[in-house]
Amino acid sequence: MAEIVGAYFTSHVPGIGGAIQRGDQQTPYWKPFFDGFPPVREWLAAVRPDIAVVFSNDHGLNFFLDTMPTFAVGAAAEYRNADEGWGLPLYKPVKGHPALSWHVIEQLVADEFDPVTCQAMLVDHAIAIPLELAWPDVTEWPVKLVPIGINTVQHPLPSARRCLALGRSVHRALSSWGGDERIVVIGTGGLSHQLDGERAGFMNPDFDRFCLDHLAADPDALTHLSVHDIVRLAGTQGVEVLNWIAARGALGPGAVEIHRNYHLPISNTAAATMLLEPA
Amino acid sequence: MPHPASPTETPRAIPGTTLFDGDAAQKGYQLNAMCFSFNSAANRAAFAADEEAYCTRFALTADQRRAVATRDVPGMIAAGGNIYYLAKLAGILGLSVQDVGALQTGLSVDAFKAMLLAQGRGQSYEQSIAEARHG
Repeated sequence: MAEIVGAYFTSHVPGIGGAIQRGDQQTPYWKPFFDGFPPVREWLAAVRPDIAVVFSNDHGLNFFLDTMPTFAVGAAAEYRNADEGWGLPLYKPVKGHPALSWHVIEQLVADEFDPVTCQAMLVDHAIAIPLELAWPDVTEWPVKLVPIGINTVQHPLPSARRCLALGRSVHRALSSWGGDERIVVIGTGGLSHQLDGERAGFMNPDFDRFCLDHLAADPDALTHLSVHDIVRLAGTQGVEVLNWIAARGALGPGAVEIHRNYHLPISNTAAATMLLEPA
Repeated sequence: MPHPASPTETPRAIPGTTLFDGDAAQKGYQLNAMCFSFNSAANRAAFAADEEAYCTRFALTADQRRAVATRDVPGMIAAGGNIYYLAKLAGILGLSVQDVGALQTGLSVDAFKAMLLAQGRGQSYEQSIAEARHG
């Protein structure tokens, strides 16, 4: 049977990719963020996942507003990055695992979710940066990808409760998967930040701490908040915490925190990194 | 025009914040479509070569065209622009997310960055923005 080895969470600010390309990891501005990753790499080397189920949001690379799915599951044999509008170097492609993707889709629909299924899907910095941070020196990613996209761009967004339930449905799928793979669940984005409006630059460490403190032991505590509450407390883009909440659901019922790093600001964002193991 | 009853309780407004909702998505469609096209380097070059013609091709509204012409980021948001799409235009214009933050808050870029760093030192957003505004 497949094993869920744990869950890895991190912010995915595009500027992190720039810092990696410039080799800025040890500069005073970036060091407090990158210092959160040696424990992630050691943990990954120990638990040796070969599949990553990643919850993230597209930023206008794969989806436009003509067709904006609330939940989208990739079922491709390979996922490529592409120019996100800034002409930056492209991230390495990631191999897919279509059979597991379809198994997840079957479970989601059986559980009365209605995901969009994508046999072709471009993946943006929200997936590439967490992989770069986790495996900085590889020529090929050691994991195959099952990407699950959540709309955090165009309201109405799915509720935190719905995202946790989605993750729990994915957990049921992973638990019944007959392969012998080792699976890491990844949630990306956040934490508090706001890029748009007169409140641009808003961050909220108190709310971020509340999220981080409850993610392992009591994720349902995060579902008592409406999306509007989350925007008010975490900022317009802080709603990316929905990806974390869904990933927490996919990890399984019990979880224990084994690593946490929190630092602000990275660009306009309060950045967080966390590892959880099943308990 | 009267709207049908909201399916959820109408929440109180969040100061300084515009939710990108269905109304904004409809209003901003052309502007966001143009920005989405900037994922292509050839399209970025075409915009830079002849901005007027490029905007005409995407049928921007008058408000959108004026906001783009004057690099008025709050105006782009008011005209339905979504920040993730506008970020692609900002790249062409050579604006970082801190530049965009400064334009929206009315702060200098240095003051905006200082406001972010003040929060990093444990100061609240409210105090940090007040100090940035009033010294």
